[in-house]
Amino acid sequence: MATREFAAHDAHVHAAPTSWIRKYVFSLDHKVIGIQYFFLALTAVFVGMFLSLLMRIHLIWPAAALPLLGEIKPETYLTLLTMHGTIMVFFVLTTAPQGGFGNYFLPIQIGAPDMAFPVLNMLSFWVTALAFVVMLSAFFVVGGAPLHGWTGYPPLSALPAAGPGEALGADLWVISIALFCLGALMSALNFITTTLDMRAKGMTLMRMPLTCWAWFITAILGLLAFGVLLSAGILLLLDRNAGTSFFVPLVTINGQLTGHRGGSPLLWQHLFWFFGHPEVYIAILPAMGLCSQLLSVFSRKPIFGYKAMVYAMLSIGFLGFMVWGHHMFMSGMSPYTAFAFSVMTMAIGVPSAIKTFNWLGTIWKGRIRFTSPMLFALGFVSLFISGGISGPFLAQPVLDIQLHDTYFVVGHFHLIMGVASIFGIFAATYYWFPKMFGRMMNEGMARWHFFITLIGTYAIFMPMHYLGMAAHLRRYSQLTELKYLHGLVPLQEFMTYAAFVTIAGQFLFLFNLFWSMKFGEKATDNPWEATTLEWTTATPPPHDNFGGHIPVVYNGPYEYSVPGAPRDFIMQTDPAILKAH
Amino acid sequence: MASTTTNASVGTAEGLRIGNGSTDQRALDFSARLRRARLGLIVALVAVVMIFVSYSSAYVVRQGLPTLDPRTGTLVHDWLPLPLPSFLFLNTLVLLLSSLSMELARRQSSREAAAGWMTSGSGTSEERTDGMPWLGLTSILGLSFLAGQWLVWRELAARGFYVATVPSSSFFYLLTGVHGVHLLGGILALLAASAAALLRRPAASRAVLVDVTAWYWHFMTFLWVYILCLLEFAR
Repeated sequence: MATREFAAHDAHVHAAPTSWIRKYVFSLDHKVIGIQYFFLALTAVFVGMFLSLLMRIHLIWPAAALPLLGEIKPETYLTLLTMHGTIMVFFVLTTAPQGGFGNYFLPIQIGAPDMAFPVLNMLSFWVTALAFVVMLSAFFVVGGAPLHGWTGYPPLSALPAAGPGEALGADLWVISIALFCLGALMSALNFITTTLDMRAKGMTLMRMPLTCWAWFITAILGLLAFGVLLSAGILLLLDRNAGTSFFVPLVTINGQLTGHRGGSPLLWQHLFWFFGHPEVYIAILPAMGLCSQLLSVFSRKPIFGYKAMVYAMLSIGFLGFMVWGHHMFMSGMSPYTAFAFSVMTMAIGVPSAIKTFNWLGTIWKGRIRFTSPMLFALGFVSLFISGGISGPFLAQPVLDIQLHDTYFVVGHFHLIMGVASIFGIFAATYYWFPKMFGRMMNEGMARWHFFITLIGTYAIFMPMHYLGMAAHLRRYSQLTELKYLHGLVPLQEFMTYAAFVTIAGQFLFLFNLFWSMKFGEKATDNPWEATTLEWTTATPPPHDNFGGHIPVVYNGPYEYSVPGAPRDFIMQTDPAILKAH
Repeated sequence: MASTTTNASVGTAEGLRIGNGSTDQRALDFSARLRRARLGLIVALVAVVMIFVSYSSAYVVRQGLPTLDPRTGTLVHDWLPLPLPSFLFLNTLVLLLSSLSMELARRQSSREAAAGWMTSGSGTSEERTDGMPWLGLTSILGLSFLAGQWLVWRELAARGFYVATVPSSSFFYLLTGVHGVHLLGGILALLAASAAALLRRPAASRAVLVDVTAWYWHFMTFLWVYILCLLEFAR
């Protein structure tokens, strides 16, 4: 009796909205919010990609007059670099895998009707969207966007007089990052509470799909990391606007004292990288979870070493907080400290190797179905290995001092953090598109997209390692002025041409996405013959996900090719396995 | 990985039918909702803790940093200990009292919620007992604390310590300011809870809100004591 009364006023359950605004704009439905995040990231990724295209053009044709934009000046190059990095890291790699697919599929995969706090969920999306608008607005203010790099090192980022774009543009940059942190914290709160408190009956933690584990661990990392970045951002704003000296030492600009004294740029670096390193895992953990899922589904085999996968992700997350100093080997750090950070960093190789070998073990002797999501999952493994293997190189302080500010680092983090995570996003899109939009994506276009992107990104980022070993420093806007770089110009030209082709391939993806929404083949409820809960419900799922039911879970998520079972997969909700064994 | 753990007890139907007739609604009892709200609060407080951990470490690091004196060309320490206005301790007392009254409000509201569904089963706030308006008192004490903090800021400014005067004053304004913003959030939650009472929302709904606000409030009091200790003992 009393419970009925509560149910009527239960804030967690909301009736399906009828008005257009409540349904598509200020929606409380995690599925709509997930799609909103997805399209936010899609917009951001094309903006970020356009900026990288301009950089690649400028690198090999520095004097080219571009239509509308004119000639790109060196300081504009730094602006492009800053905004490309910031937009890609925050609004793409953090937003799409977690905010987008996590929001849409975490509640469904654990058998919940929605996130734990739907209003907070809506708020976190709109704060993130606002942050993106603020970030873009930096392009359109006096002085333009900032040029201090995505890491925002002071004193450059703290002094409005330090360069064009460092005035209002940099303020907007910091405010945008702070807003993003707020959105990410609210989102992390929701993910953690939902995972812990809203799992359906029978869905024990160790029966969760690895995607859910990945989103859960990512949320914990976000919860611990974004608060630190938020605090650092507030300190930076105070330094910029209130005249404090948290980060700014005694410096002069054009012979003029700035009025700051005693602050420490290293303090910013410590705070920033305490956030910044876990951020790498925030970007890639969801892709790891998804990849585990897909390799199992399309090899028709259980995941190899489920528990090992969970513990590996947990230890990657844990170690991720111990290694921020490896970004600061150049800062004059004590060799003993550097040694500690170095050892911890190389230790991450252990759980990473566990994951990689388990992925290989999963596809070993599997009946592999080379669908487009599977191709991207395999591409992810390839990129994870080739991008990750340079990590132990950079973890050595002595090697890092040589390689630190070179293209080697750029190649490393683009392969592992950038492209590998993006492959996770593509795989997720091809895999879940049928459930989200009710139609299949065009497989032919998807294959072309895969091969263009895989070969193209390797062609762009592999040569960067050679550039780095040849001591080609990063962030240099013009190669023609420096004699020792002349021999490397042909390689840079090759990378730019590869970028043209790869970027063209992304428009194929964009076309496929929108074309398939309208003209794709109608999807069945379970087109991939997968076992997890999202494939038990209708396509697209009803407002409360399961149409008035809460599923009961009997099986783990990877019951493929079970001996004696009637089909080669057993749904998580299928009690039949009890008889099969 | 075939998991054949004991699941005979969960029933044989494919899914549990939920809600009574209206399928769109999920019946969660009071304790389940309370548990979820408290869990959410704990997670949120972790984020708050991380913010203050960052500031504390920045405080300690900044305190030990040398800076170049341009006149002599030597490294000097520019950290001047900030004498805390004694008014701060009165504020602390007010905040401690507010936590006490918040706790009384919390107990009162959960009693009301229990009474609500025990007696009539409707659980609306019509049966609420006419006790002390603890929620209102807590809000007033909280606002007094913030006003007191404002006076402390004024006093420091009158003594010539502004935000950018010395690093210790920067940290003083920063820590008190960020704590104040968090406390203001608590006051807004109290106002929401009071509004829920006036709008005659179910006592149980309100009890959940009051409960998490209370724990948040206690945490803010604790946090303030911590900040005060940092400012007083790590000058």
